[in-house]
Amino acid sequence: MSHVQAPEASVRPTKNVHVELTVNGEPREFLCAPRESLLDVLRNRLGLTGAKEGCNNGNCGACAVILNGVPVNSCLVLGVEAAGAEVETVEGLAKGSHLHPLQQCFLEDAALQCGICTPGFLVSAKALLDRNPDPSEEEIRLHLAGNLCRCTGYDKIVRAVQDAAKANT
Amino acid sequence: MAEYSWPRRGTTSLIDTEQTRIDGVAKASGAAKYSCDINPKGTLVARAMGCPHAHCKIKSIDISLAKDVPGVVLVSPAKAIGDEIQWQGDIIAYVAAETEGAAAEGVAAITVEYEMLDVFVDDQHLAAAEAADRTGKPLSNVQLVNEPGDDEDEEAFEEAEIQRLLEASDVVVEGNYGINVITHMCMEPHGSTCEWNGDQLTAHLSTQNVSGTAGQFADPLGITASDVTVHCDFIGGGFGSKFAADSWGVACAELARQTGRPVRLMLDRDIELKTAGNRPSGFIKVKIGADKNGVVQVWDSQQWGTSGASGGGVSQGVVPYVFDPENRRRTATSIATNAGPQRAWRAPNHPQAAAITHTAYDDVAAALGIDSYDVFLRNLDSVSNDKADVYRAQMERAAELMQWKSKWHAHGKGEKKGSVVTGLGMGIHTWGGGGHNSTCRITIHPDGGVETALGSQDLGTGTRTVIGIVVAETFGLPLDAVNVKIGSSSYPASGPSGGSTTVAGVSESNRRAAQDALAQLNELVAAKLGVGAADLVAKEGRIQASGDASKSLSWKEACALLGMTPLEVNGEFRRGEPSSLSSSQVAGVQMAEVAVDLDTGIVKPLKFVAVQDMGLIINRKTAASQIYGAVIMGIAYSIFEERIMDLQTGAFLNAELADYRLPRLGDIGEIVVDLWEPDSEYERGVVGLGEPPVISPGAAISNAVANATGVRVPVLPLTPQRVLDALGSA
Repeated sequence: MSHVQAPEASVRPTKNVHVELTVNGEPREFLCAPRESLLDVLRNRLGLTGAKEGCNNGNCGACAVILNGVPVNSCLVLGVEAAGAEVETVEGLAKGSHLHPLQQCFLEDAALQCGICTPGFLVSAKALLDRNPDPSEEEIRLHLAGNLCRCTGYDKIVRAVQDAAKANT
Repeated sequence: MAEYSWPRRGTTSLIDTEQTRIDGVAKASGAAKYSCDINPKGTLVARAMGCPHAHCKIKSIDISLAKDVPGVVLVSPAKAIGDEIQWQGDIIAYVAAETEGAAAEGVAAITVEYEMLDVFVDDQHLAAAEAADRTGKPLSNVQLVNEPGDDEDEEAFEEAEIQRLLEASDVVVEGNYGINVITHMCMEPHGSTCEWNGDQLTAHLSTQNVSGTAGQFADPLGITASDVTVHCDFIGGGFGSKFAADSWGVACAELARQTGRPVRLMLDRDIELKTAGNRPSGFIKVKIGADKNGVVQVWDSQQWGTSGASGGGVSQGVVPYVFDPENRRRTATSIATNAGPQRAWRAPNHPQAAAITHTAYDDVAAALGIDSYDVFLRNLDSVSNDKADVYRAQMERAAELMQWKSKWHAHGKGEKKGSVVTGLGMGIHTWGGGGHNSTCRITIHPDGGVETALGSQDLGTGTRTVIGIVVAETFGLPLDAVNVKIGSSSYPASGPSGGSTTVAGVSESNRRAAQDALAQLNELVAAKLGVGAADLVAKEGRIQASGDASKSLSWKEACALLGMTPLEVNGEFRRGEPSSLSSSQVAGVQMAEVAVDLDTGIVKPLKFVAVQDMGLIINRKTAASQIYGAVIMGIAYSIFEERIMDLQTGAFLNAELADYRLPRLGDIGEIVVDLWEPDSEYERGVVGLGEPPVISPGAAISNAVANATGVRVPVLPLTPQRVLDALGSA
């Protein structure tokens, strides 16, 4: 038996698009291909590598950013879709040398190990606390169910978010 | 030779306390650069093309269309005409391009013609493997109290003796048990960014083996290891799968050399799962004879499993696990499958062995209608290590934390609430954890600055922080006074981080170097203060005469005595050398409480107790984290994750995170971690911790499900389908 793997129909990139947006409070602009994800734009064009690529299909949450106040997996958002938007990434959580309470609590509560999922968890947790400053444990677990940790710090992550919520109130 | 030692327990300022990771801010701020984040100017993105078929020969590879894709810079076949492919996802070719999209399009434009070959991936059924001629020669290992006579046939005697022992037993339990293949599923896939400067290669490799991979790049590239620097400041998970440069690492370097540009090549998730390692499966048919108290008199097992195309499976050397009855026969058969090759997965062989043998021990308890705790306890006299007393004490502690005695009910006899039943299960484990070879270089600068450099790596276990604690404690300095430099092959060589060998290895080299360095500095201070060097102590940022604080220098004043030249001292530890700073061999007891919904087959962990010894604890915070993490990883392979193969095509059906089920935040229940640390533990020095707590969850959870339902679900993970199947066949 013989089998030939045929080339898939190719989608040729069209010319790059100029996009302006706000990232972590700063106005930014870039050129990107229409098919580039916001994740690729952040990492490869804006030099913000805090958001990670774990799966590139929306199942691990490592690439989470906040887009106009809503947590999204940036691998599932096109760069061009972010035109005019306000984007918050993990790099924007700390204000100068002052860590966000979530960052501080993740450190003190040992809620991170290898750390590659940590930016996604922090961003998702911030989106939760922005909306609900005093979430129940169940709400935390539900809200962060889209973020995967393999090492795995789940138990301590929940405690850290609870402690950050207390620190905020 | 200098005498090295740890400070007495209770006198430390950093060791044995809870310290926050020194690299935590970098990780929590997004500043930490993993290999996938290294992006020098002009970096090309490379992608691998995986074979879609599980067993085939390559008839032709046409890259002409791929080369014409806009943005594609280089297409490089990794296989030749006539090569035989043994698993789906084996890499056929690489494409380097200006963007991710162009690289993906380039891969899609490669045309390969294959000659299809017979596929076999059924590792669960030994008869099927034998029929397909995929089995190796069965290996037997027999241990019997009685021996054959001089003129007796050995095998016939063994068979007769095993049968005699079984017939003489008060109870005989027969069972089938198994555990499916899982993958490592590192959140950061395997890969690297490679860049050349003339004929010097720098490989930013996601690796557990910074000091040991330069040569693996050099040889196939036709250069020497001295021309290669391997860097890895941060790694997004390894779990035993990232010790090598790998063919794709070398390919990345070759693409960079040929294009004259830096190249980043991280494996796609599906190729990562198909080709970059997995944990072997283990299946076993067991016959146990026990006395009326549940003490095993004879064990007879036939096991099989696969590690991929080369055969393999779980080592019979750890069967039955921890327990080693005087009379036992074990036979293991290797099955070759058209599936990706295994790699070390956290405590190789042990989690599978625990899951397929401690379940059999638990079934002895079920058959006799006695408490599983008592069966484990009564068999401790046969453990293969010298930890029987430790297990007894740890079991008592774990039972207390679990409230085992008050919650216990006989198998299948618990109260049913609606469709839900609950149950308890346990397992015990063992591991070595002795330190690996490690060298380090500590530098004390005349201005008081302190640094230590070694070619180690921090997998998230907290190695960086451990090193900092050891050095800072020795010099009487705060943790942030020590600059810990790891993650480069340009530093003194230290071993790969595998087998729980790192913490003991790096603690050894750093404590030795720091004690030696302090002794040299003390000679200068002693002369200055007019006291004996042996009377000096370093604490709270000063070096002072013991018992006379008026005779002291600040650390900075002391270091200024060095003059113009920094003091450099090397520390070295060789694995296995007797030392008062470290030792090996741990025990560990775990207990699980689960709820099982008899209508849906869903298993929910309610509570998990892990009692773990680990010698002297350097950092209590990261030690506990290791155990929490291991338990959750154990819950993952016990209830959720597995590789699912299509028996007809050999396709790995769930090689994406969308389909490969892992536990999430709501799936884990309550976890209680107990650091087992009588003074005797502190006194025996540092022992590694990464592997042991990941071993017992499979046994503990399976036993808890059996206790809840009264039915053994034979194969892990305990998915709803398997639970319902077992209940239906009960």
